[in-house]
Amino acid sequence: MKMKTDKKGLKATGVPSKEELEASPGYPHQEALDRGPIVVIECIQDIPCNPCEPACPSGAIFVGNPITNLPVFFPDKCDGCGRCIPLCPGQAIFRVDMTYSKENATVSFPYEFLPLPQKGDRVKGVNRAGEVLCNAEVLRVQNPKGFDHTAVITIVVPKDLAMEVRTIKRLKFSKGN
Amino acid sequence: MRETEIAVVGGGAAGMAAAIEAAKTGARVTLIDENERPGGQLFKQIHKFFGSGVHRAGRRGIQIGQELLEEAQNAGVEIRLNTAVYGLFSDHCLGLICGDHTEELQAKVIILATGANENPLAFPGWTLPGVMGAGAAQTLINIHRTLPGSRILMVGAGNVGLIVSYQLLQAGAEVMAIIEGLPYISGYGVHASKVRRAGVPILTSHTILKAEGKEQVERAIIAKVDERWYPIAGTEQILEVDTICFAVGLSPLAELAWMAGCRFTYIPQMGGWIPIHDGNMQSTDPMIYVAGDLAGVEEASTAMEEGRLAGLAAAGALGGLSLEEGEEKKAEVRERLAMLRVGSFGEGRASAKDQIIRARNQV
Amino acid sequence: MRRIEDHPILGKSERGRKVTLFFDGQLIEALEGEPVATALMAAGHRVLRYTHQHLEPRGIFCALGRCTDCMMIVDGQPNVRTCITPVRDGMTVETQRGQGQRRDQQPLRGGMD
Repeated sequence: MKMKTDKKGLKATGVPSKEELEASPGYPHQEALDRGPIVVIECIQDIPCNPCEPACPSGAIFVGNPITNLPVFFPDKCDGCGRCIPLCPGQAIFRVDMTYSKENATVSFPYEFLPLPQKGDRVKGVNRAGEVLCNAEVLRVQNPKGFDHTAVITIVVPKDLAMEVRTIKRLKFSKGN
Repeated sequence: MRETEIAVVGGGAAGMAAAIEAAKTGARVTLIDENERPGGQLFKQIHKFFGSGVHRAGRRGIQIGQELLEEAQNAGVEIRLNTAVYGLFSDHCLGLICGDHTEELQAKVIILATGANENPLAFPGWTLPGVMGAGAAQTLINIHRTLPGSRILMVGAGNVGLIVSYQLLQAGAEVMAIIEGLPYISGYGVHASKVRRAGVPILTSHTILKAEGKEQVERAIIAKVDERWYPIAGTEQILEVDTICFAVGLSPLAELAWMAGCRFTYIPQMGGWIPIHDGNMQSTDPMIYVAGDLAGVEEASTAMEEGRLAGLAAAGALGGLSLEEGEEKKAEVRERLAMLRVGSFGEGRASAKDQIIRARNQV
Repeated sequence: MRRIEDHPILGKSERGRKVTLFFDGQLIEALEGEPVATALMAAGHRVLRYTHQHLEPRGIFCALGRCTDCMMIVDGQPNVRTCITPVRDGMTVETQRGQGQRRDQQPLRGGMD
């Protein structure tokens, strides 16, 4: 991945552009997204890193050697189990399910803040630039010991925002911390 | 005068790895650290590390620190804490100070793994309480569980600035902005993305003009800079912050190597003056090895591997390891090191290291 | 400038027992073993000393005992690096103004006249 220094894109702003993401081998295309829950890998820099590869029980992620290779994603092998999500040290893996309902999709993402939301909570869906895009309902919060403090939260969002919403606005404690 | 075979100065990632490797060959190893517990920067690194399985990727620095500590204890390393090494004298004798008691330690081989120091950033108001290094803020939140403030400005968007900003958010502070003089983010994109998703603006081509406040920081004045890093008039902004952290690079803590007469070379990319060393981490003094950030500022993972290399080489110099076995083990470590020094972030460091080794071979 | 009681990675705080220190005559609650400077910070005090020549306020800067900005008078002893000095029950801590002097010595002379 060539490092750009113009005012758009990951290197200049910390927010990957649509073009950068779609050009990466980790990004599933529309047909794969429409089939069911599937993982979306947003890893576009050549950092030496590969825990995603052994994380996938179905062999859907390949890095190989050198470990700076961008992860190659095989959507046909992915069943959307999401085991890779908490294991990515860069928190760059998400899961999207476009088939959740007629109007809505779900987005799952890694989350390492307190307080954690709870199932049923109304939260704000936020994009890669931290901008609030929509209200969302928390469908699921997974935080087992095996995730080593990286919780995975699943929220329900309007389908047309499923490839934009990537986390939630952080919650405040109800009392002082 | 006490004696040991291998003295390791500095019990961080590199020092502990060196001590473990050397002790496993049966050498008598003394690890000396000025803090009340070893681990160096590792116990502040609460994020998951990159790399691959062999580099303990996916584990948090705090866990790796704990594992190394247990390995060092199990390997029979003699660990001296709360003890600073204040001198490395011409007869390779080390001067130690613990409390108000001093002593001398004679080692056959010395491994220096003293790490690096945060660079300060001077600007009007920089001495106000509330201005501190990003590493200082990290110590306060992750070791001492105390917030340095509630509204923070981070200066520097390298990995330290990005990671510490994220950790300040986790600790419950608000990071109002990260500013960076370069027109791009030099740290990993994924670290930047985490804080952008959390709503923290990253302002490239910006610098801090001054900090203001009566007795402590109350606000910061920042401005945009041109391509020569000169502030552009009319672009000043006031940020209401109570804390300003700077993350503008690290410099090797090389006083002991200077004292001992080791030769240095200047490599800005690795932190400035670096003690010249060869592929075995041996300095220009055959009894002194160097490892970790002291030998060039990189990461925890490279520090551990360099520590292993130095430990193996030092043990080999004492005959604790056959030449063949030593070369085989060192080759494995070098391979793991090479895996980390690739790609657009790593290849510059790889060529810098080659430059250092070439300089050593010319001496 | 408050304590982090619960943390997403570090979990709930398991700190030492509560102790008391006296800061410029005020009673401050601290946790046994933590550095003096962080106990003061948690209590809202970030100004630790004033410089010798211009009486400028200083506070924690490096947090690892290297820069000396955190020096205070602890149990009568000046120039104590409070960022690496553990708190003890009943300790007295005073804001250091200038170079400080030991109680048993003459005041040090220095600075610009």
